[in-house]
Amino acid sequence: MISNSELVKKYFRYNKKFPHIWCPGCGIGTILGSMLRAIDDLELEKDDIAFVSGIGCTGRAPVYVDFNTLHTTHGRALPFATGLKLARPELKVIVATGDGDSTAIGGNHLIHACRRNIDITTIIFNNYIYGMTGGQYSPTTPHGDKAYTCKLGNIERPFNISALVEAAGATFVGRSTSYHTLQLKNIIKRAIQHKGFSVVEVITHCPTTYGRINRKGGAVEMLEWQKEVAVDREKAAKMSPEELEGKIVTGILLERELPEFCEQYDTIIEKAQSLDKG
Amino acid sequence: MRKKPSYQLMQGNEAAAEGALAAGVNFFAGYPITPSTEIAEILADRLPANGGKFIQMEDEIGSIAAIIGASIGGCKSLTATSGPGFSLMQENLGFACLAEVPLVIVNVMRGGPSTGMPTSPSQGDVMQSRWGTHGDHPIIVLSPASVEETFHYTIKAVNLAEKYRNPVIVLMDEVIGHMRARVSLPPWPMVERVNRVKPNMPPEWYNPYERQASGVAPMAAFGDGYRYHVTGLVHDAKGFPTANPNEARDNLRGLFAKIERGFREICLVDYEEMEDAEHAIVAYGCMVLSARSALEQLREAGHRVGLIKLGTLWPFPRFALERYLPQLKNIIVPELNLGQVYREVLRVNAGHANIEKINRINGTIITPEEIIKTVKGLIR
Ligand SMILES: Cc1ncc(C[n+]2csc(CCOP(=O)(O)OP(=O)(O)O)c2C)c(N)n1
Ligand code: SF4
Ligand SMILES: [Mg+2]
Repeated sequence: MISNSELVKKYFRYNKKFPHIWCPGCGIGTILGSMLRAIDDLELEKDDIAFVSGIGCTGRAPVYVDFNTLHTTHGRALPFATGLKLARPELKVIVATGDGDSTAIGGNHLIHACRRNIDITTIIFNNYIYGMTGGQYSPTTPHGDKAYTCKLGNIERPFNISALVEAAGATFVGRSTSYHTLQLKNIIKRAIQHKGFSVVEVITHCPTTYGRINRKGGAVEMLEWQKEVAVDREKAAKMSPEELEGKIVTGILLERELPEFCEQYDTIIEKAQSLDKG
Repeated sequence: MRKKPSYQLMQGNEAAAEGALAAGVNFFAGYPITPSTEIAEILADRLPANGGKFIQMEDEIGSIAAIIGASIGGCKSLTATSGPGFSLMQENLGFACLAEVPLVIVNVMRGGPSTGMPTSPSQGDVMQSRWGTHGDHPIIVLSPASVEETFHYTIKAVNLAEKYRNPVIVLMDEVIGHMRARVSLPPWPMVERVNRVKPNMPPEWYNPYERQASGVAPMAAFGDGYRYHVTGLVHDAKGFPTANPNEARDNLRGLFAKIERGFREICLVDYEEMEDAEHAIVAYGCMVLSARSALEQLREAGHRVGLIKLGTLWPFPRFALERYLPQLKNIIVPELNLGQVYREVLRVNAGHANIEKINRINGTIITPEEIIKTVKGLIR
């Protein structure tokens, strides 16, 4: 596997003004690292990758890496990516989006991208909070947990992102954590190779906001928690509902083959041209 | 692909779709809304046969996002909508202004605010088209006054968007959108097509926002081998976010400078019977039709009246007025709003002539007779 220094040299933008904006201990960089390793394993050309994001701490990821990078508006990464993919079907389009970006303001776009089964890989960085704006509750903040807009405890019930995208029609769903970097890399690899709309939900930590207000400790403690609650899918299949209480099932949760949007559109073009409605 | 010239009876909305195709538009994303829906339907039908693509998005926020994405992928992109959808597009319209992404929005206005009067004519979005998105930003807005002009203005809009790397809005009203008229359609090879300037330097030397002498930077498409960053944050010449005051100034001032440089080319204005005019009607969109008819009758009655027809609303073609101000006693501005262009006319006039507005916001149009009455009242 590619070494850290080689990874940095090969994929980071040397002419970008570092340092990055993330807090010490933040999980976002780790996930980005797994993504880069997946891309490296697949030997994809940098020119052939479009990396698209929305707004949030997660949304800042593209600026640092040497691909075709597009940092869009809050919640809208998927429709931007949809237009780009249709214009350039040969590009591998990867979207990085936060839990708020993808399931609150961008929730509508998420379910429709799933339903269309357009060949885009979406990595959802789920830190259970609006990190960038300082820790307000998001659609994935657990019931009862605190955030800076629910200091007495969240009374809303959270989305289960993986279940949501499966129901909406995604044809590949994977879940991992920022602790399980190797598993994460392998899932991202499979997601990129998958033809159709693929979602990788990554459980991660925001020690600065969610961690602090919920007294979850620092980055190390939060990573240890990820290690403890994650149960691989195969192992989970043998566990009882009681044993699975409070656990997070990881691995490739779903993989199915359905017609992909751009390919179907190509058949529309063929039909239209044979009818010659030009 | 149209190879021979032809004459066709069509609606304004059809003419917009025809113009888009003739201009080389090969991507449309939209969400249906009265009174613009025909444009989406026609392009859904016609684009694939021409090798282009159409997608119906989940809403107008997604529609404009998708055309921005496609434009970054190298497509000539367009969407069509009306008031409620245009409101939803505003945030990403600002993105396209700042990231300098060419695109065209056709807004067939309806009565507003809110759901308003979906099938009634209005010109209520003039100011929204200028200032709808937040922050200081440049914008180009064209307003056709006939079916045939809709065809030509849509082509012009696509070409200006490509040339200036800026969103262009075709601001139509329901009268023009649904009016039927015979249109002369040129063969496509006869249509002027402007393509954005692409970089020709090696990728290592490419700075996506480094302006050339034209004021515009060459634009590579994603996938062309020029890897670069596009963001809605204020950025430096490399496209990377910056908070440096000098770089921020260069970024934002540069947006305006490129449009100022093209001001004369962008401003479409026609003058009718203005040489000896002492009174001018300033009109755009469907109000030109009433104004023209009023003008004919007033001239027949021996009054020295002329028409200044604004084809471009933004940037506001102030020279069109300034040129005639010394000879004008009265300027009459009929609008299907409460005076959105009137205020611009006031500003440019700076006390020279007397300015009279005629306004209507009840879903009906201002008739030639009403304009005649106003003009006669002023002359007396
Ligand atoms: C339209 C709009 N509304 C609100 C904001 C402010 N805002 C920026 S990031 C953000 C939340 C981000 O949360 P998430 O998507 O979970 O990303 P994270 O920062 O946690 O990675 C919000 C509300 C914005 N930029 N745009
Ligand atoms: S606020 Fe949270 S999510 Fe954002 S960079 Fe800091 S630790 Fe990471
Ligand atoms: Mg978050």
